[in-house]
Amino acid sequence: MATINIAQPKPMVMADLKGKVDPDWCPGCGDFGVLAAVQKALVELQIPNHQVATVSGIGCSSNFPGFINTYGMHTLHGRSLPVASGLKLANHELTVLVTGGDGDGFGIGCGHFVHAMRRNINLTYMVLDNQIYGLTTGQTSPTSRIGMKTKSNPYGNCDTPVNPLTLALSSGATFVGRGFSGDQKHLTELIKQAIQHNGFSFLDIFSPCVTYNKDNTFQWFRPRVKKLEDNAEYDSTNWIVAMEKATVWGDEIPIGKFYETNDIPTLEETEPVLEAGPMISRDLYIPADVAKKFVEELM
Amino acid sequence: MSHTFALGIGGAAGQGVATPGDIFALILSRRGLHVNAYNAYQSIIRGGHTFLTIRTGVDKVENLGDGIDLLLPLNQDTMDRHLRLLKAGGACIYNADTIKPGAAADGVQLCALPVSTLADISRNKVAQNTLALGAALSMMGVGFQSLESVLKAQFGKKGEAVVNENAGIARAGYEYATANFKPFAKPLPMTEKRYAVLSGNAALAMGGAAAGVKFYAAYPMSPSTGVLHWMAAHGRKAGIMVRQVEDEIGVVNYTIGAAHAGVRSMCATSGGGFALMSEGLGLSAMAEIPIVVIDCQRAGPSTGVPTKTEQGDLWQMLGAAFGDYPRVIAAPLDIGDCFTLMPEIFNVTDKFQCPGIVLCDLLLSEGRLSVDPELLNFNPPIDRGEMITSNGDAHDEYLRYKITESGVSPRAIPGIPGFTHTVSSDEHDENGVLISDEYTNAGKRRAMMEKRMRKVQGIEAMVPPPVLEGPPDADVTLIGWGSTDGTIREARALLAEQGITANQLQVRWLVPLHGDEIVRILGKAKHTIIVENNFSGQFARYLRSETSFVPNGNIRKYDGEPFMPHHIAEAVREQLAGETTLSVPTHEVMV
Ligand SMILES: Cc1ncc(C[n+]2csc(CCOP(=O)(O)OP(=O)(O)O)c2C)c(N)n1
Ligand code: SF4
Ligand SMILES: [Mg+2]
Repeated sequence: MATINIAQPKPMVMADLKGKVDPDWCPGCGDFGVLAAVQKALVELQIPNHQVATVSGIGCSSNFPGFINTYGMHTLHGRSLPVASGLKLANHELTVLVTGGDGDGFGIGCGHFVHAMRRNINLTYMVLDNQIYGLTTGQTSPTSRIGMKTKSNPYGNCDTPVNPLTLALSSGATFVGRGFSGDQKHLTELIKQAIQHNGFSFLDIFSPCVTYNKDNTFQWFRPRVKKLEDNAEYDSTNWIVAMEKATVWGDEIPIGKFYETNDIPTLEETEPVLEAGPMISRDLYIPADVAKKFVEELM
Repeated sequence: MSHTFALGIGGAAGQGVATPGDIFALILSRRGLHVNAYNAYQSIIRGGHTFLTIRTGVDKVENLGDGIDLLLPLNQDTMDRHLRLLKAGGACIYNADTIKPGAAADGVQLCALPVSTLADISRNKVAQNTLALGAALSMMGVGFQSLESVLKAQFGKKGEAVVNENAGIARAGYEYATANFKPFAKPLPMTEKRYAVLSGNAALAMGGAAAGVKFYAAYPMSPSTGVLHWMAAHGRKAGIMVRQVEDEIGVVNYTIGAAHAGVRSMCATSGGGFALMSEGLGLSAMAEIPIVVIDCQRAGPSTGVPTKTEQGDLWQMLGAAFGDYPRVIAAPLDIGDCFTLMPEIFNVTDKFQCPGIVLCDLLLSEGRLSVDPELLNFNPPIDRGEMITSNGDAHDEYLRYKITESGVSPRAIPGIPGFTHTVSSDEHDENGVLISDEYTNAGKRRAMMEKRMRKVQGIEAMVPPPVLEGPPDADVTLIGWGSTDGTIREARALLAEQGITANQLQVRWLVPLHGDEIVRILGKAKHTIIVENNFSGQFARYLRSETSFVPNGNIRKYDGEPFMPHHIAEAVREQLAGETTLSVPTHEVMV
């Protein structure tokens, strides 16, 4: 068995972030690009991999933690955010990344999504949005367009799709962005900013499913995506402007950082119990004088 | 149990039943007496009917008993419903201006208080309660000073004027009773002991704090909400992170996330919330992240009877989450045990990296009991099991799910260099890689299943079997679990008075059950009866499924109220007489 060298004096390189197995996604799947961009972002930021936790739900995209060498948690369908929130609150020194699919985050996990954002815990949530249920072989997802034909809606979807960006903005996310797996450089930059943001960052990332979504393909996205960063006038501190921009969809689909505010403190900063450091570093026993008072109250 | 004294205070919700209840409990415990209190109420904030029973004595008061010695009806409804609970020697103190007495049993003293002549009721709306309190204490032989000091503590925050006004009214009631009513035959004794009085929910929360819990998440649900309230009020001082989150699915998953970070982590709910947590329990088992979930049972199914008690969740616990996995389930025997059980169960779940369930019920959660403060030990033994919390020396590739003889694999906490790994809800190999990522390897699946399930033997060895209490050659053996412990014990005493000897096998650890030992014990019994607070005999069915054991009879109750000792004693007599094998006692009073 290989002996692990636990000291990490050398800078972290891409190879250090390689998972125990290679991804088993279909060749050409958008998720490869997102994985590479996350790894690049961590290398560029030089966050040691043992200080990173990657938490996912269930789905093709949620297999992500197994393919990156960090502390990983592959949880339940739709439950990545509560697990990640508990993990972060118990050890807020960790950098916690959360990954998953559109079904995972906006379908079964939508309640958690909204509530996680209004708490502003310092998490980076990346939804690998392919507008379909990949792992279960191609059913309608909450972001599937009206009319899209899938195995579960052979005559076309009639439910209005969720707009993840406006939902995030109205739920209190303090960093909202959109990326595209087909634009590595842009996506890597965006992920870096999201990780560096102190608060809840949400990234909706177009990550085409080459097997089950024949509508929203790389070819479909490529001519449409327009980077907000190319517009020097765009003010990502203006929530109203961000809301407006987030509704633009069609021949032009904006990507980039829509919104960021640093005016709202994180839960970690406002929770008095954390003033004494991470929960994980506490004494197991309650101080004797405090315990004595708890009992005396009852007498 | 030596002589006890029980009093009942009843009124509509919002009429102020709780305050005299708290005052009585405090006076009694400060007198060195034990107390056991239970509030029967409904899911409304105003109106309806609330009935608080407080039973006290020199010895531990293990249940609420069969009747009351003193009734304080705050409205006519209470008078009508409860007067019949009084036997010869008992008394009822009531407001003569507003309440008409009913027909009482012979020897019951009806004590009419002329409330409007004794106090200015236009100034003080609860004057009738305070007068009755004073009158009651006089008849119970309690000196007025002890009431005065408790009133100071109770109303001190509202200023001296309020304290004096209430003390004045209480004194008027006290003096009126001394002059006009006959005191109880036995005045309340006094001892040098001092007890803490607490609810089961406070005990569960404090037990968790003593066990080293650093993370608590909840979504409000009766009757578990008291655990959240204790945690929320004391979390900062205790250094516990307390979070109310969006729903119980969130609750269990927050709990798991925090536990994975390496802290002891728990949550509490009732049946409906537990149903939502079920999938999370499987995650805890599969990913091998220890958590403790408390289920405070209320009468089900569905929203059920939110403010009434039952032992109806056992099969939900046994069947929670799909697939086979090791779990521990324990039912505390009384309110003190709610405290002591917590560090014990955490030591099991940490050692075996599996979920643990505390199966409590409304009777304990919302009841109150006096306990020796020594029992509330905030320094219990804590064993966190095999955890890797620092990087140590160079080592071989870390295998989170290493196959071991015990089934336990050392658990590395995120943040340590050299131990990165992924935990997973999907079946995985020793190194955490999903087995479906190569091809679904039947050999690996079997090995991992067996590894996890090997923990069951270890848990069994760590957790003690139940022991038989009482004469070994008794006429009847009563089998109960959890909160029925004290009531069954008193039923045995009642039976003994009638010449029937009974012993008792009370089960605290439900999983693992130690079925062989139970069958060995019951094999020697002359007549076996299972007593439980549900319709279908959930424990009887469980015991049968594990051991093939079938008792001679069953006593079941599912009307929302707890057993009273005489319910059990009468049922035993009818069963020993061969009249039936299934008794369903009727709760005589509507509360
Ligand atoms: C409670 C539950 N319901 C359903 C499933 C089945 N399931 C697994 S993944 C998935 C949807 C995946 O879609 P998405 O989250 O968009 O991820 P993708 O595969 O597209 O990346 C479903 C329905 C499950 N695992 N758990
Ligand atoms: S099914 Fe779609 S989403 Fe899943 S791996 Fe294949 S291409 Fe990717
Ligand atoms: Mg998807």
